[in-house]
Amino acid sequence: MSATATEIVPEVRELPPVNPPHARWTRFILPGYTILMILYLASPIFVMILYGFNDIPGDRQTAKFWGFTLDWWKNVFNIPGLPEAFKNSLLIAPFSAAIATTIGTLFGLALGRYRFRGLRAVDFVIFLAIAVPEIVLGSSLLSMFVLGQVRLGFATILLSHIGFSIAFVAVTVRARVQGLDRSLEEAAQDLFATPIVGFYKVTLPLIAPAILAGFLLAFVLSLDDFVITNFVAGQTNTFPLWVFGAQRIGIPPQVNVMGTILFGAAIVAALVNVFGQRRRGRA
Amino acid sequence: MGTRRRLVPYYLLSPGGVYLLIFFLIPLGLMVYTSLQSGGLLSGGFTFSWEFQNYADVLGSYQTQFIRSIVYSLIVTFVALLLSYPMTYWIAFYGGRWKSSLLLLLLMPFFVSFVIRTIQWKFILGDNGPVLGLLKTIGLLPEGFGVLSTPFAVVAGITYNYLPFTALPLYVALERIDKRLVEAAKDLYSSRWQAFRKVVWPLSLPGVFAAFLLTFVPATGDYVNASLLGGPGTTMIGNIIQDKFLTENAYPQAAALSVILMVAMVILATIYARILGTEEATRAAAAA
Repeated sequence: MSATATEIVPEVRELPPVNPPHARWTRFILPGYTILMILYLASPIFVMILYGFNDIPGDRQTAKFWGFTLDWWKNVFNIPGLPEAFKNSLLIAPFSAAIATTIGTLFGLALGRYRFRGLRAVDFVIFLAIAVPEIVLGSSLLSMFVLGQVRLGFATILLSHIGFSIAFVAVTVRARVQGLDRSLEEAAQDLFATPIVGFYKVTLPLIAPAILAGFLLAFVLSLDDFVITNFVAGQTNTFPLWVFGAQRIGIPPQVNVMGTILFGAAIVAALVNVFGQRRRGRA
Repeated sequence: MGTRRRLVPYYLLSPGGVYLLIFFLIPLGLMVYTSLQSGGLLSGGFTFSWEFQNYADVLGSYQTQFIRSIVYSLIVTFVALLLSYPMTYWIAFYGGRWKSSLLLLLLMPFFVSFVIRTIQWKFILGDNGPVLGLLKTIGLLPEGFGVLSTPFAVVAGITYNYLPFTALPLYVALERIDKRLVEAAKDLYSSRWQAFRKVVWPLSLPGVFAAFLLTFVPATGDYVNASLLGGPGTTMIGNIIQDKFLTENAYPQAAALSVILMVAMVILATIYARILGTEEATRAAAAA
């Protein structure tokens, strides 16, 4: 009796639970591949961070790494034109994201909650707004501004950024609204909450993570946008526009420093969002 | 009361609806209008004259760039699907509690400006950069070898930039597959490969199509990679549109090119939406 038990037990231990002959695929090959892919996706980020410390002889980034220096970090704003462009980007992004989040949240609520005449058409427009190539969007906005003789600049950039962010916020909020348990709101109404009170006390806290995620997405989309901004900016510069323009003669290392700072801020924001969602998701 | 209730969704939609009308739908219409204008900026401005000749002109002159953009974009989409599938499959099926962290790492490139990332590739792929320089030092490549300004560099750049747009819809589709179906297939004596081919792959197809659409469409219109990593022989249709709009101020021709791109895109999107609905693609955007 005890002999059979000792024979069986080690055998069971040696075998991973599912389909043993192929375990190396899911335990080594695919995870290894995934890590390699993540490193590949991150490789330009590593280069950017590293070359912000590059002790180059001139003032333009080179392929060669010469050694470490903190000079570029100390003189981040010492490039004519760059601080203004950076400031514009940092001004446009929160405004654009706040307005797009407000409008997009209402839109997402309507799409996720109600069945109404015209829903399919509205759905299709949102889908188009997400799938449209940026160049088509940028050139159509420029066509309108040219025909209307609107002066290109800060305002046209802001208006355009709000426009392309709304759809992204709307689908983010819609996904969350569709996943909501309707019975919670019905419970609120059974307890004599008016629809408005029910919304503020029950629905809004539940969809808050999606609203925050939508805001962050809109913020990043605005900060990062090059193509559409390039069409509607006129003489105004944003950070990506300035960098694109500068690269013809070479980019100053300060660009890498600013990129690194923005990257750090984005990581912090994303972590806050993930942990926030995790906590709220369980609540 | 009943009528008021029924109007609620329209109230909620109205600010966004009005905004999208003014800054999305009307501009598209006005671009079509612009594309049918004639005249020149210096010869008294443009006037609307149903100038369909613009379309014939640009199609004739820029056929090469159109075909090139479509070919590049097809290669990009195919390679990106091939690269993303194994990774998203593993994350969706075996990621366990690391799923959301892995997904965040996958989206990390979005935290750095698209232009800056592409410029860094210029250094990585440079003639004496970390990759080619090393291969040349150990004698695997001849001294004069370079990839910048070649179609390879442009396709590689676009693939890199759009890979997350391929990976997200794939991940969303794979994540939703009921893992018990795979168990069931195995209980019925299918091998792991058979279970994948007969269960996982067919169920992931909507995600594959969504990934195709969300990669192919924007990649066709891309011009940043071609202008940063490419050379004179890699000009894409987006470069032409950008130059005509912003440098030459040849608005009608530029608008005509853009309208052609838009119409092709709307046809593709409509076919897609008819067959598969708009859920899958927009869900991926929500996952981001």
